[in-house]
Amino acid sequence: MRAVHFCNSCGKVQPPIPVDYFTFFGFPRKLNLDTAELEKEFYALSRRLHPDVFAQANTEERTWSLEQSSMLNDAYRTLKDPIKRTQYLLRLEGIELEEQSKQATEKARATGELKKQVVPPDLLEEVFELNLHLEELRAQKKLGEDDPALLEEIGKAKLSLEEKYDALFNELKTEWNNWDKSMENGTEADRRNILDRMLDVLNRRNYVRNLVRDVNEALED
Amino acid sequence: MATDHIVGIDLGTTNSLVAYMQGDSPVVIPGEDGLNLVPSVVALDENNQIVVGNAARRYLIETPERAVYSIKRLMGRGVEDIQDELKLFPFRLADDMHEGEVLRIKIGERTYTPPEISALVLRQLKRNAERFFGAPVTQAVITVPAYFNDAQRQATKDAGRIAGLNVLRLVNEPTAASLAYGLDKKKNGIVAVYDLGGGTFDISILKLHDGIFEVISTNGDTHLGGDDIDNLLIAIALDDIRGDLGIDFRQDARRSGEAVQRIRQAVIDAKIALSSQPSAKLDVDLPGGKKYQREISLEMFEQMIQPIIDRTVGPCKQALKDANLKPEQIDEVVLVGGSTRIPKVRRLVQDLFQRVPHTDLNPDEVVALGAAVQANILGGGSDITKEMLLLDVTPLSLGIEVAGGVTDKIILRNSTIPASATQYYTTQVDGQTNVAIHVLQGERELARDCRSLARFDLKGVPPMPAGMPRIEVKFLIDANGILRVSAREQRSGREAEIDVQPSYGLTDEQVENMLLESFDYAEEDFRQRQVIEVRREADTILAALAKGKKNPAWEELTTEERSNVETLEKSLVAVKDGDDYHAIRGSIDTLNQATMHLAELMMDTAVSTALKGKAMDDTDLEEGPQAGHPVAKADFE
Repeated sequence: MRAVHFCNSCGKVQPPIPVDYFTFFGFPRKLNLDTAELEKEFYALSRRLHPDVFAQANTEERTWSLEQSSMLNDAYRTLKDPIKRTQYLLRLEGIELEEQSKQATEKARATGELKKQVVPPDLLEEVFELNLHLEELRAQKKLGEDDPALLEEIGKAKLSLEEKYDALFNELKTEWNNWDKSMENGTEADRRNILDRMLDVLNRRNYVRNLVRDVNEALED
Repeated sequence: MATDHIVGIDLGTTNSLVAYMQGDSPVVIPGEDGLNLVPSVVALDENNQIVVGNAARRYLIETPERAVYSIKRLMGRGVEDIQDELKLFPFRLADDMHEGEVLRIKIGERTYTPPEISALVLRQLKRNAERFFGAPVTQAVITVPAYFNDAQRQATKDAGRIAGLNVLRLVNEPTAASLAYGLDKKKNGIVAVYDLGGGTFDISILKLHDGIFEVISTNGDTHLGGDDIDNLLIAIALDDIRGDLGIDFRQDARRSGEAVQRIRQAVIDAKIALSSQPSAKLDVDLPGGKKYQREISLEMFEQMIQPIIDRTVGPCKQALKDANLKPEQIDEVVLVGGSTRIPKVRRLVQDLFQRVPHTDLNPDEVVALGAAVQANILGGGSDITKEMLLLDVTPLSLGIEVAGGVTDKIILRNSTIPASATQYYTTQVDGQTNVAIHVLQGERELARDCRSLARFDLKGVPPMPAGMPRIEVKFLIDANGILRVSAREQRSGREAEIDVQPSYGLTDEQVENMLLESFDYAEEDFRQRQVIEVRREADTILAALAKGKKNPAWEELTTEERSNVETLEKSLVAVKDGDDYHAIRGSIDTLNQATMHLAELMMDTAVSTALKGKAMDDTDLEEGPQAGHPVAKADFE
């Protein structure tokens, strides 16, 4: 059911009601989403809600159109991107991403400590080895040395990580399908499990992404 | 349907224009001089009258301390960040400026803030439009560089307000240009707009489809433009002059203003010539009598400007990256801004985007024309524009300063606007009733490397134990790209009062005062102009009278009449150099009255002399004063 943006009889813009982004567009709370359909809805709603359309209208209508269109843009931006969509759903369902939790970030900044990042268990060995290699690389660079064999090792490790990154996305898509199915005929408990698993995938994916970024930085220096 | 005309205004660094939608196409409204471009130059003449545009340009050379140009470079900026500008431009700051204060610039003995100076240019454009329509113009769309930050945008809006215009929308210049292009071409596709003007550079990438103009990404540099090329050439000329002629104008403050402006004019002419010629000559008459001459070859010129135009490459690459596009995926590149006439710039654009840029549209006028299209849309639209919609983006990320001096980005750059973000705050101390928020714009990690937008003080938080209040703060960037903030304490439901301290701008109160002043000022201007005009009229009459006294008709007056005329003549001479319009007017009128008889007699003589000069049979009129002649008083029986 789409949120009411316009009056059914006279077509005038209505005051915005706080709804979630899925409802705003009239989409079900499912993760597989037809982005072409979303885009079409976005343009159709933009044509009717954008402040430019209300330049000559009264103050009330102008305020409502401003709020409605900012919600429209925020909703579109979030639902369009697969990761943002997933994160949004998690937030809607009350689950906060550890990596992005504000308190953790602020605490880290205030104390100057590094935020604790839990290493995904299946990557422990790989990460350990990679960190050793990166240490070596940094030490060598300080001495102005160059070790092609080491660089090759690191290059291989980076490739492996990038593959894992892509694989994790596919894992996420699998969970999406699970979620969408469970919205049809699953239990509350099922849904909780799926959400937890999705959170885990996202966290691992972020970890891998940060690692790849560190490698790139070390290679560039 | 709006009853008055909404105009589109390009408030440029070098030139400004006003345009409107005439039927199916936008057209530029010319000034009184018939020219479309109004130079963004403001001067005070000998009578302390404001002069704007072409008429003001000569003051740049004659009395440079009484003229100002490129004021757009100072809009929305503070003393601390214009140090470079102060070195390269002859801006004179008011003597009592301090940090954090709105800039004040000296023109002659008066001081003005940049929005007030821009308002003077806007008023000129407003007058041009009103003259054209024969009706008042109170609503406008004004364009700004896409890369302008919040303070710069607010300053532009303030300028509009001070000029007596209701600014319906600020439109980004590249987006406006794309409107003019899209209206013309009606094609779908991905368009890159490369806009290199007098003082700012913007690159915007848009998706055009079914009348929707959607900006995907934008980037730029708000202090990069043709001015920088001019300044480089001026610096080289000054060095030359010091070397060849032994005069260091940089040291001679008294002569340097005029010298630099003469050199600047020559350099600009040469730069323009080099767009179509293989070489140009600088030929400057320096104050003090010497001459400076130098030949510049195209090759030399291109070498000199290379580092300046290279600065446009970074933003272009970033915009492509943010749009997730490769150059090959761009369908069309549109050039905007006078500086894109430079062949080297065109080649650079061609190399960057792997295609020949579109140069059909007049790069000086296209932004104003696009603004006119937007003005039309905002006025309700017409057949040709009713399918058109602009979806623009914010060019810079919006952030809040958090613990550790770090910026927490809450709205990312290139987000479609209007855009919003909600943040929750609480108090640190029991009973705390206000919360301070520092808002910034920029991409850097540290708050000090970003642009301070404003400090918001949320007042009226109901006193509670520390950590209890839950203050919801909503940040909204509107369709103009300007930030609005609203706040509510959720537990009590109370709206917090927000006190905004804009970092580089004017408070609402200051703008109101300036608007009122500009009315008073307009009054004063108007009165002064009246005085000048009536003085001119007085001079004309006195000159005519002087001639009249030499005419034989003078002798035909009675002694009484002559003495009367001469008394009135003396009193007009006495009063005309004063400021009393009514006294001068009165004196002219009585003198006119008193000299009517003389005028008639002179007319008779003139006619009869003219008639005598022709052969008798050439005329139908009988000769002699008895003949009824054209201006004799009618005789009523």
